[in-house]
Parts: sequence; structure tokens; C-alpha cells
Amino acid sequence: MAKFDLNDETVVAVIGSGAGGGTLAHELCEKGIKVVLLEAGKRYGIDDFQNDEWGSFGQLSWLDKRTTSGSWRVAKDFAGLPAWICKTVGGSTVHWAGASLRLQEHEFKVKSAYGGIAGANLLDWPLALADLEPYYAKAEDKMGTTRTNGIPGLPGNNNFKVMYAGAKRLGYKGVHTGRMSINSRARDGRGSCQQIGFCFQGCKTGAKWSTLYSEIPKAEATGKLDLRSQAQALKIEHDAGGKVSGVLYADKDGNQHLQKARAVCVAGNAIETPRILLNSASSTFPDGLANSSGQVGRNYMRHMTGSVYATFPRPVNMYRGTTMAGIITDESGNDPSRGFVGGYEMETLSLGIPFMAAFLDPGAWGANFAQAMEGYETMAGMWLVGEDMPQESNAITLHASEKDQYGLPAPNVHFDDHPNDVAMRNHAYKQGSAVYDAVGATATYEVPPYPSTHNLGTCRMSARAEDGVVNAFGQAHDIKNLFVSDGSQFTTGGAENPTLTIVTLAIRQADHIAKEMTAGNI
Amino acid sequence: MSNSGMNRRQFLQTSGLAAAGAAVVASGSVIMASDGAWALELDTLTGHEGVTLLDMSRRLYPHPSLGDMYYAGVVEQLDGAAKGDGGLAGLIKDGVGQLNSAKGVDWVDLSEGYQLEVLESMEATPFFQKVRGTAVVALYNNPLVWRHFGYEGASFEFGGYLERGFDDLKWAGEPSEDASPKAG
Ligand SMILES: Cc1cc2nc3c(=O)[nH]c(=O)nc-3n(C[C@H](O)[C@H](O)[C@H](O)COP(=O)(O)OP(=O)(O)OC[C@H]3O[C@@H](n4cnc5c(N)ncnc54)[C@H](O)[C@@H]3O)c2cc1C
Ligand code: SF4
Repeated sequence: MAKFDLNDETVVAVIGSGAGGGTLAHELCEKGIKVVLLEAGKRYGIDDFQNDEWGSFGQLSWLDKRTTSGSWRVAKDFAGLPAWICKTVGGSTVHWAGASLRLQEHEFKVKSAYGGIAGANLLDWPLALADLEPYYAKAEDKMGTTRTNGIPGLPGNNNFKVMYAGAKRLGYKGVHTGRMSINSRARDGRGSCQQIGFCFQGCKTGAKWSTLYSEIPKAEATGKLDLRSQAQALKIEHDAGGKVSGVLYADKDGNQHLQKARAVCVAGNAIETPRILLNSASSTFPDGLANSSGQVGRNYMRHMTGSVYATFPRPVNMYRGTTMAGIITDESGNDPSRGFVGGYEMETLSLGIPFMAAFLDPGAWGANFAQAMEGYETMAGMWLVGEDMPQESNAITLHASEKDQYGLPAPNVHFDDHPNDVAMRNHAYKQGSAVYDAVGATATYEVPPYPSTHNLGTCRMSARAEDGVVNAFGQAHDIKNLFVSDGSQFTTGGAENPTLTIVTLAIRQADHIAKEMTAGNI
Repeated sequence: MSNSGMNRRQFLQTSGLAAAGAAVVASGSVIMASDGAWALELDTLTGHEGVTLLDMSRRLYPHPSLGDMYYAGVVEQLDGAAKGDGGLAGLIKDGVGQLNSAKGVDWVDLSEGYQLEVLESMEATPFFQKVRGTAVVALYNNPLVWRHFGYEGASFEFGGYLERGFDDLKWAGEPSEDASPKAG
């Protein structure tokens, strides 16, 4: 691994080592560009991962001070935990389930496709599916996504069998074990899935793609990566000309350092990314960096989510095998006759007993709850994930008084469902329950959204500088050597799990940065 | 959130699995099963407070076939948290006092209906939230309790579920090979 000097102004500083930052760092290193990768969390190895839900949660989660507001139920049940994401080398790709779906063509131009929706701050992406297709292909190859590149699908587990049978009876057609960045065959130096069933706790075989053990070691092998773990970025500095010049960060002992940089790429996930920009306000940029539009932190999206669990007369043992073991795609299109715009995916999901107790009906107690838990062995479950509407008032803002461990204002996450989100969730709950009723469910449970796992849109891409924060390459409209490299860039969310698109955008952004550097523009 | 405290209780326990139904008794700072199957020594709470909290935990998450020993795990966590935290100790002791005075009859002697009424009236209190929040983790994060629910937990050390039934379900029929290819 390389070690670069704090005063080396030729490096590119990347903040965050997850899907966006870890991928970008690797791609830049492959092009011979020197990268300092600042990651707030610790570096763990596969051996450190725990097949234990709470134990792993304590090990990997981002637990810095955060507050919540708004009418979403998470603000009541998990007031200090708006998002369930990671603080560790590899970011949330350590946690993630692996579902890897491309966005659909119309989802890049929803303002045109859906028309005016009251209360929604809709905007078309400044790029089209065709612009991303070659990069999607590279991302799928990199991640080893099943059902692409000749890679077979994964074998379905018990949870999938139940969903499949119900879906077929309802007449659904797009039902299979999904496009998963989990090896169904050994590939790229990683083994195949052993159906351990703790995908959310860090995959102990490495079958599941993560920047931790794919992108980052490859980047290190180039000799161009200086990865600093337990290095939390506090503030991005800029020069008199208004270009960014470096990143102030705290090391594991709390000592602060300034890393000079030729360009800065922010990939701290969609809560920390805008927070860093807002916390970097200066006399030149009193509203925060790259915020002339006032859109930094706004249009926060978390996907329309919810789950349906059902009990059956006979055992299922859904927890055995891949956590997300299959998908129904039939509801993912835009069909306004259902009473809402946009679509949603239905994906199997399972939780162990500890998390089921926490999430089935947060705060609930009493005989009904206990009885539901008694049915655990016979339960099957699915997660519902769909496009939610961007709203300007759903926002990450700096809290007026609460501070983090470095004395910086903590982020407040405000979220209210849009009526379209509620109508979609209503439909999804009914369809999810119908799938299980079709195979003889004895009870179905509509489970509210978990703390956000998909965080999007808080530094969105736009064609015009006044509508968003970055351009089609994730480059800030206001500051040309400042980039946003994670899901914050999403103009709208689409129905699909976002990570494949985050990785795709990072690969494309690396090309752009290299070109701009060669041209002497940054 | 860990189960390290289990060791001490298991150490004190003289037989294997505690049977449901055997009464729980308090003696000084110890709570134990009347048949001597297990015992738990408390640091901060009295035995009577412990028994009250154990019974409250059972009313919160009633699983008739789960032995009292598992609910004692909740008491153990509360007692441990209260040790060295005077504010929390006071909160718990006051809350237990309220449970015992709400109807003028000791909590453990209240009918199930009255117990529920009291709990519902206290739902918004920090005491209730503390006990419920502790119970939902302490009870359901216990590997011995998992067995009761048919959850097998960690699988890595056994090679995952690939050869241990990840797809052994027969009652729903088999998906097509296309939808669900064989493992490679
Ligand atoms: C349980 C779970 C299941 C999921 N399943 C799927 C799935 O099946 N499919 C899918 O597409 N997506 C899934 N996701 C979402 C996926 O994990 C995220 O979309 C993706 O990882 C986001 O990438 P990112 O780069 O934006 O952020 P992350 O991957 O979260 O990485 C951000 C990194 O930045 C670091 N960081 C933040 N602030 C700072 C700072 N100030 N200084 C230094 N470092 C900082 C963090 O510690 C973290 O490591 C899942 C997420 C969870 C939690
Ligand atoms: S089920 Fe497969 S992908 Fe998930 S943790 Fe296990 S080996 Fe990894």
C-alpha cells in the first residue's frame, strides 16, 4: 500500500470506501492516479464477521449522533437511527444483500414520464439509460452479478420457494432468484455462496461482492492507494479562487490533519455527504460548498419500503440461505391505473429472531406480538421496494444544538411520506399478502419500513445549476474539482435497489476525472 | 446486548432446562425457581423487585412454554444496567413501586386482566419503555430461546445451510430450473 504526504497536492482525496468511494478509488488507481481514501470506520476482515445480528450491528453500523423529524414511523421508533448503514472499510457493501438491478429507461426521465405530481420535486436525470449501458455492463462484470455475463442464477432457498409458488398462482411472470452480486460459482478469486444466511452481517465466505475484499485490495495492488481507516473527514477546505484544496480529518486518536488534494470526491452515503458539504461553509460559501442552488441535503429519498411476513401451517425456515433469495418484477413498471406513479420490486427477505423481534412491529408487546413470534419457524417474508417521490422538504439539515463527537453539528433527517408513496405501499402490502394467501398463509403481517438502507438524492444531478448540485458526471456545478460519488447524486430513485447504479456512476466518473485531469481542467 | 451474563445464571443453575410453571420465589437479593432449577443473584434490585420485573416481562412477551429462567435474563440485564447508574436504579425501583401500588394489590397477585390494564396505563412512561426495550433484546437475543422458536442461528461453523436444508421445503412445490438453477 502506498503512503502519500499530507502536503502532496497531486492526490485525489476520496471520502468513504463504500459502493461509490471504494469503486471510484479503485478505478482511479487503475488509471495511475494517486488516491488518498479516507474512511471513518475500522478495517475488518472476513474472519471478524459475526453470524450474530446484534453483535454485528454493534460492530459495523454507523452509530454517530443523528436526529430525526417528520411523520415517518422511523422517527418515533428509532429516533436516533434514521439509517441502517455501515461505518467500516467497505461501507454498506459489507451489509448489503447483493440485489443488483439496472434502472429502467423511463426512470431517468420521470418528470416527462409521470407529468406534474403535486408536492414532488421531480426532475429528469441529465443522462439517459443509453449513456449508462456500457458502464452497467462493466459494473455487472466487476461485481459478478448473476444472470449477466453468463453467470448462472443462485439456487432458491425455502423462502424463495414459498414466494415463487404464490407468485405463480397469482399469475406473476417475472419470478426468479434475482440478479445478485453473489457468486453462484467461484469467480474473481472469491468462492461460491454457502447459503450461510447472514448476508447482512458481512459475508464470511466472500461470495458476496463488497468493496472491502474486491475493489480495495485490487486498488492497493496498484501501489496508488493510500487507505486511511478510522479517518473521519470533518471539513473540505478551498482556496481563494473557490476551488477545493484539501480535506480536514480526524484520526483514530482524534488528532486533526489536513490532506491537500487536487480534487475531492465525497462518498459518505446520502446523509454524511451533504452534511460534510454543509459543515464546510465558509465566508466564500456561506450556505455550504456547492450549494448555490440551495439543494444540498434536499430531496432526500429512501425508497418506498415495507415488508410482508406470513405464517404457514408447515415449517419454512426462511433464515436458511441467502437473505435476499429471489424477486418478483411484475409490479416494477409505471402503470398509473394502480393509483400511483412509478413501480416497486418484491424481494424475499428474512430476519433472525433478534431482528424480527425488533422490527416486526417496533414497540409492540403483548399476546398478539408473542403469538406472531411463535410462528417464526413457519414464516416466509418479502421486502417491498419502490420509487419514492423527491420532496424538497425531505432533507438532511444541520441540527441547531446537537453535536457529534467532534463538536460538529449532527445531521437531522426529516422525512414525510408523499401521498404517492403511501398509495404505492398500500398496493404493495396487498399484493405481497396476496402472494402468501395464494399458498395458504395462516396470517400475514404488514411490517413498517426499517431504518433507511437506501439513502439517495441529497446532492442531485441536474442539467441546470439552479436545479441541483452536480452535473451528469457527479461534478459540482459550482466547484469543478469537487465531486459527489455516491447515491446522493441520484436525481430520482427508480424502483430498483441502488448499488449497481452507484457503482456504474463511479466507474463513469473515474473516466471523466481522468479526462479532466489530462486536459488540465482540474 | 451480549449474553455474557448468562454464564453466571447457568453456573447457579442445577438442572438443565427450567420447566415452565414452577413458581419463582425471592429471598433477599436472590430470585430462584421454587424447584431450585435456577437462581439469580441481584446486585442492585431486591428479590421482590426482581420477581415483579420477571413477571412483567412475561406479561409483555407471553410465551407459555418458555421457562421463567429466560425471563430472568431480562431481570439480570436490568439489574446489571442499574448497577452504577443511580438514576436508572431509581427509575426501575419507582416503576416497580407503581406496578405494586396501582391496584392496591401486589403486581404478582394481580389477575391477568388487571396486569394488562396497569401496563397499558404506564406504556408512555420511561420505566415501561426501559423494561420493554431491554426485554425485547434480552429475551429474543438468547440462543437458548432461539431453539424454542426453531431458529438455528449461526451457521458458518457448520458450513452454512448449503448441505443443511436451505432448500428442503417440499410443501410448496419446486420452482422451474430457469427460475432457480441448481447450486454449482
Ligand atoms: C442491510 C442492507 C441491505 C442492503 N441490500 C442492498 C441490496 O441488496 N442491493 C442494493 O443495491 N443495495 C443494498 N443496500 C444499500 C447499499 O448498501 C447502499 O446503496 C450502498 O452501499 C451505498 O453506497 P455509498 O457509497 O453511498 O455508501 P456506503 O456504502 O454506506 O459507504 C459510505 C462510507 O463512507 C464512510 N463515511 C461517511 N462519512 C465519512 C466521513 N466524514 N469521513 C470518512 N468516511 C466517511 C462510511 O463510514 C462508509 O464506510 C443495502 C443496505 C443495507 C444496510
Ligand atoms: S448466504 Fe451466501 S452471500 Fe450470504 S453470507 Fe452466506 S455465503 Fe455469503
